[in-house]
Amino acid sequence: MTEFVASSLSLKAGDDVLVDAASFKLNAGELVALLGPNGAGKTSLVRMAVGLERAASGHARIGGWNVSEIPVLERAKRIAYLPQTRPLAWPRRVRDVVALGRFSHGAALGRLKGVDAEAVDKALTACDLMQLADRRTDTLSGGELARVHCARAFAVEAPFLFADEPVAALDPRHQFRILDLIKSFVGQGGGALVILHDVGLAARYASRLLWMKKGRILADGPPSETLKKDRIESIYGVRARVDGLSVEMEGAA
Amino acid sequence: MKNHSRWLTPTLTAACVLTVFTACLIGSTPLSIGRVMSAFLGGADPGDQLVVWSIRLPRAIAAFLVGAALGLSGAALQGLLRNPLAEPGVLGVSASSALAATFALYYGLAAISPWVLPVFAIFGALAATALLALAAIRTRSVVTLILIGVGLSSFSGAVMSLLMNLAPNPFSLSDMINWMLGSVANRSFNEIVLALPFMIAGAAILLGTGRGLSALTLGEEAAAGVGLNLRNQRIYTVLGAGLATGASVALAGAIGFVGIVAPHVIRPFVDHDPERALVPSALLAGLILVLADIGVRILPTVSELKLGVVAALIGAPAFVWIAMQRRTSYD
Repeated sequence: MTEFVASSLSLKAGDDVLVDAASFKLNAGELVALLGPNGAGKTSLVRMAVGLERAASGHARIGGWNVSEIPVLERAKRIAYLPQTRPLAWPRRVRDVVALGRFSHGAALGRLKGVDAEAVDKALTACDLMQLADRRTDTLSGGELARVHCARAFAVEAPFLFADEPVAALDPRHQFRILDLIKSFVGQGGGALVILHDVGLAARYASRLLWMKKGRILADGPPSETLKKDRIESIYGVRARVDGLSVEMEGAA
Repeated sequence: MKNHSRWLTPTLTAACVLTVFTACLIGSTPLSIGRVMSAFLGGADPGDQLVVWSIRLPRAIAAFLVGAALGLSGAALQGLLRNPLAEPGVLGVSASSALAATFALYYGLAAISPWVLPVFAIFGALAATALLALAAIRTRSVVTLILIGVGLSSFSGAVMSLLMNLAPNPFSLSDMINWMLGSVANRSFNEIVLALPFMIAGAAILLGTGRGLSALTLGEEAAAGVGLNLRNQRIYTVLGAGLATGASVALAGAIGFVGIVAPHVIRPFVDHDPERALVPSALLAGLILVLADIGVRILPTVSELKLGVVAALIGAPAFVWIAMQRRTSYD
């Protein structure tokens, strides 16, 4: 089975070190949450992992392929990426937006056939968007739009999914719904790495937590082992109460 | 909507053919449909043939080609920049092209050969696109690209005004003004033949960028994520639009706003898909310019209005209206 391996990925902007020798693995069937305060380098790390940013040193490999050396379309077939900002430039139909996930497969985007049409239907069904398939995206709510973006990422049918804050600005119910969708993607043999800001939500869904601060991964392990009061305080600078997998933030430390 | 879009291109094509034919019926020498038909088929008297083949048809075809090139460029640039207000003028390509043409007029180079003016216009557009292509490689930001275009456009405008201020005689001044206002009057197939290869090359490049334009709906980051090579997409779109626009300026001078209006009308019919908007936008823009040129010819004004002036009179208010309709701003 393919696995995703990031080895000592580093990134600099001038003299500032944004990411410092970050290494992690992502296996099929795993949902990993990447945690850390703003400016910890989470987005930079993910962008290097998906091949959109060239690492200053280190490399990311997917089943033995270096992501920044394989052709762009091949990379895009193996890694689905949900960026942090997801502006839709035109009020297109839901189905058409989801169909863009088939870009790397060479499909004629306007009129999908065969496996491409099936993949889009499957993604629409999985994200409960069939009734909305012909709606214009500018008529959707924030929660519905978040599902559209998920469906677009699922339509790629890539073995790996990297999602940068997929539940930002969503109500609690939609946060659960989106993470349920990603969990079912993982349940079907995918591997997902998700940047989250809600530690409790991460502990509930992730099989592993990656704790990041100032460009470095400081801890990597299952929630039961790495979710500690002290760690939350040192990473986020907040006092917290931890009871098993539930977390309560009490204020700035 | 799906049904609309299937008939869109055939309907527009038919309308274009019909309108070009209609344009051949109208003019100072009254010709009946029968006489124009027989002139087309080569059976009419030499006078009719001359009027149709040497005056009216080239003029109508020039208007159509100029419109189509600008419409296609506009639709593609709007897809690239994800902004419905983009058009060849925004990137400064039209202005640079017109400046190069004015330059040829100013130094009397245009008198050397009829080919000099069109060649200069195309070189001006290519110089602008080369600069933009370089900028597109260096910058990731579309906003920066637009600002470079605005700068280029203002600079060309300023140099053009300077040249007009210093114009050696009233004749070259009026030549320059004619060029800036834009017109397809008295165009011949010779001029069309010189511009056409550049238009075809530009159009072919732009049509090839369609899938990428569609992917750019997601924004640049996600488009790159689904496998789009952003750098190449920018370079090819800018190059294609530069070639097509330069050739259109070579043929008719600077004509603005068609490149904004036509794609805006087309988008709702193609579900706002930037790829499917390309061909219908080109056809509609061609149709609009042929119609506008017919209008210019039948309006009972003392001296004939310039096509570019009429296009701007209709297009500029439409531009403002479209701008005011924008609810959100992206990037």
